[in-house]
Formats: sequence, C-alpha cells, structure tokens
Amino acid sequence: MSTTLRFFRFASPAAFYPLAGKLVPWFAAIAAILAATALYLGMLRAPTDATQGDAYRIIFIHVPAAWMSMLLYVVMAFWAAIGWAFNARLASIVARAIAPTGAMFTFLALWTGALWGKPTWGTWWVWDARLTSELILLFLYAGYIALVSAIDDTRRADRAGALLAIVGSVNVPIIYFSVIWWNTLHQGASVSVTAAPKMASVMLLAMLLMTLAFWAYAFAVIFVRTRAIALERDNHAAWATDAVARAPVRQGASS
Amino acid sequence: MSGTFAVLVARDLRLAARRRVDVVLPIAFFTVAVSLFPLGVGPEPQTLRQIAPGVVWVAALLAAMLSVTQLYAADHADGSLEQMLLVPGARISIALAKAVSHWLLTGLPLAVAAPVFGLLFDMSPPAIGSLVAGLVLGTPVLSLLGGLGAALTLGLRSGAVLLILIIVPLCIPAIIFGAGAVAAVESGLSARGHYSLLGALLIFTAVLAPMATGAALRIATE
Repeated sequence: MSTTLRFFRFASPAAFYPLAGKLVPWFAAIAAILAATALYLGMLRAPTDATQGDAYRIIFIHVPAAWMSMLLYVVMAFWAAIGWAFNARLASIVARAIAPTGAMFTFLALWTGALWGKPTWGTWWVWDARLTSELILLFLYAGYIALVSAIDDTRRADRAGALLAIVGSVNVPIIYFSVIWWNTLHQGASVSVTAAPKMASVMLLAMLLMTLAFWAYAFAVIFVRTRAIALERDNHAAWATDAVARAPVRQGASS
Repeated sequence: MSGTFAVLVARDLRLAARRRVDVVLPIAFFTVAVSLFPLGVGPEPQTLRQIAPGVVWVAALLAAMLSVTQLYAADHADGSLEQMLLVPGARISIALAKAVSHWLLTGLPLAVAAPVFGLLFDMSPPAIGSLVAGLVLGTPVLSLLGGLGAALTLGLRSGAVLLILIIVPLCIPAIIFGAGAVAAVESGLSARGHYSLLGALLIFTAVLAPMATGAALRIATE
C-alpha cells in the first residue's frame, strides 16, 4: 500500500521533475558504457562473416535500432492512452517525449539498412516487406508528431494524439501483413534478410548489449525531454519557477 | 439512432445537390490526375496496362483525402456540428452518416467512372470488372478513415496536408488489396482472396472507425 502511494507520487510532474533529473546522468553513463562495450565486441571481437565480409557489422546498430523503433511506438501509444483515459498529465507528456526518439530510431534503422544493403545487395533500397513496413512506421511517427504539434490547445493535442497512436497501433499488424502479402505477390525484390547465417554467441552478446545501450539512451533522452515539456506546460506553477531559479546559471552563456 | 443516421445522410445529399460543382470537383480531380500518368510515363499500352490499377487506386485515394477535409468543416464553422453532438448517443451515428454520404458522393461515382479509365489504359474487361469490384469494396474504407482524419484535424491550420499525412499510411492495406485484385485477375488467378480481405477490412473499419471518429469529434469540440 505505502509503496503504491510512493510510486504514484511521481505521476505528478512536480515530483517527477527532480527524480528524472537525478536519473538522467545515470542512464546516460550506462548507455555510453554499454555502447562502447558492444561496439568493441561487435567491431573487434566478432568474427568476419564468410559471405558478407566486414560489411555485416552494421547489424550491431541496425537490428537494435529496428527493435527500438517498434517497441517505442507501442510504449508511446500505451502512455498516450493512459494519459487520455486517466487524465494523467505526466503520461501524456511522456508519450510526446517518446515520439521524436522513436522516429529517430526508425530513421536510423532505415539509414543503416541502406548502408548495409549497398555492399551486400548492390542497392540502397529494395521494396522488401520489412523495409516497406519500417518506412510506414516512420510515416506513422511523423503523422503523430505533426498532429500534436499542429494543435495549440495541449489538452486537445494530447487526446487527439492518443487516439491517433491507438488507431495506429491497431493498424500496425494489418499494415504489416498486407505489406508481406503484397511483397510475395510482386516477386521483383527477392532479397531475404531472414536467411542470415547462424550467429556466433559473441555477435548475439554485442547485439543485446547495444539494445540495452539504446534502452538506456532512450530513457535518458526521453527524461530530458519530459522535464523540458513539463516545465513548459507548468510555467505558471510554483515548482517550475523554483526549478528554473535553482538551476545552475551557466557563466558566460549570455556574453 | 438509425433515425439520426438517415436524417443526416439525407441532409448531406440535399446540401450536395444544391452545390453541384462541389460534388463534381473530386471526380474532376481524379480525371485530371489519372490523365497525367500517360503523359508522364509514356503512351506504350503495355506499360499503361501494368500501372493502370495502381494509378486509379492512388488517384482515388488522393481524391478521397482531398474531398474529405470539407466533411465536417462547414458544420463546424456554423456551429451545427456542436448542436448535432448534443443529441445523446449520436456521435457514432454522425460519424457513420458523414462517411456514408462522403462515399455516396465521391467513392461511388469514382467506382462508376472507373471502367472509362480502364479503357483509356487498355485494360481487359475482366480486369476492369475486378477494378470496379475492388473500388466498391475499398473506397468506403477510404471514406471511413478519411472521416476520422477530418475529425482529428477539425479547424486546424494546414489541416488538409496533415490529414493526408496521418491517414494515408492507414489506407495502405486497401490500396494493396484493391490494386492486387486487378493484378491477380490479369495474371490469370482468382481475385477472391483479395475481395475477402477487402471485405474484412471494410467490416473492421466500419465497426471501429465511427467509434474513433466519434471520440475525435468530442475531443475536437469540447
């Protein structure tokens, strides 16, 4: 009982703001350490692939980025729905803070995919089912960000965004399977990403570490953004003016 | 509930009958957009036959998206939308009625006009038949999803472009199965699977989209 109460205390932006501020450096440090370890394992320790040479090593960024892009959409829709259903302001703020990071990971997955495709398939882009659905995911993120930033009234923006995110996540499986079927129907691009050779355990470890690094990075960036949005929205509240007044003034920033 | 629905559809059709040019505009847009492709791609019948279903579907999607932005705009501007929303339990009926009248005014005429464009693109009669069948099943999906977009972007600046950005990704399955039906017929396969999936998509959208649209209308007007 008392732990639940303590947990829900942080659902208020005023209580969450200092907590997130304390957590951000930790998550940033964890992200840096894990990413460095994963890059060391992936770039120097993992064996060279028999067919793809060293070009395959981008997998250590590509696959974790693709995982994060899909996961973050679901997490965003979840917090947006919580914010809408329970009128929880912090949840709506978190949903908004997640969107740019999710879109960034989607773009990163597409970009690294293109860089990987050029040396191995000989082309930057194929209309493969996975590539196409990842591109559509980017459109969904773009639509969410565009909608919430087009509405000036924050309450309406949060709710409309939540509705769009929920509709989007209901549609994602339908879009995904229709794209797969469309792709098998047009057999033009018969490149399969799934025919990957059996993975060495050091490769798997590097990929998992990079995924954890991306998680920590996402937490750090999302908390920073959440703090900024919370300050912006509560700019009339006493806690926000206090927080701004107590923030260390950077010397020489104005000169 | 069904009374509200019938009254609203009849009202929208009567309003449309008094502004005939507005009704013709989406079809005129569709005609111009489809006619551009042979000029851009080249007049080879083989190429045109191959791209025809995709061209017709993409033009139908854009025609639906461009016309649907006006779906709630006039009622919102003169305040009648807020009055309608005061009727208890009417939100879903309003959303469904608006989507149905939009489909009767744009989707249905496009489906009826499609054979002419099929002939312009040198499609075979069975392929034209599957194009029309696909449009009859698929354009209601576009109207229902477009209604959701119109409700979400009600009264916003640059609402029309925003609507296209948020709704087009959701329309992708309809395009895939609609154009896929024609491709299946042209390669000598049965298009029944495509029709079934389009029908399933239509039922799914017809059940869920009016609810989402109703919620979006409440969000936009409260």
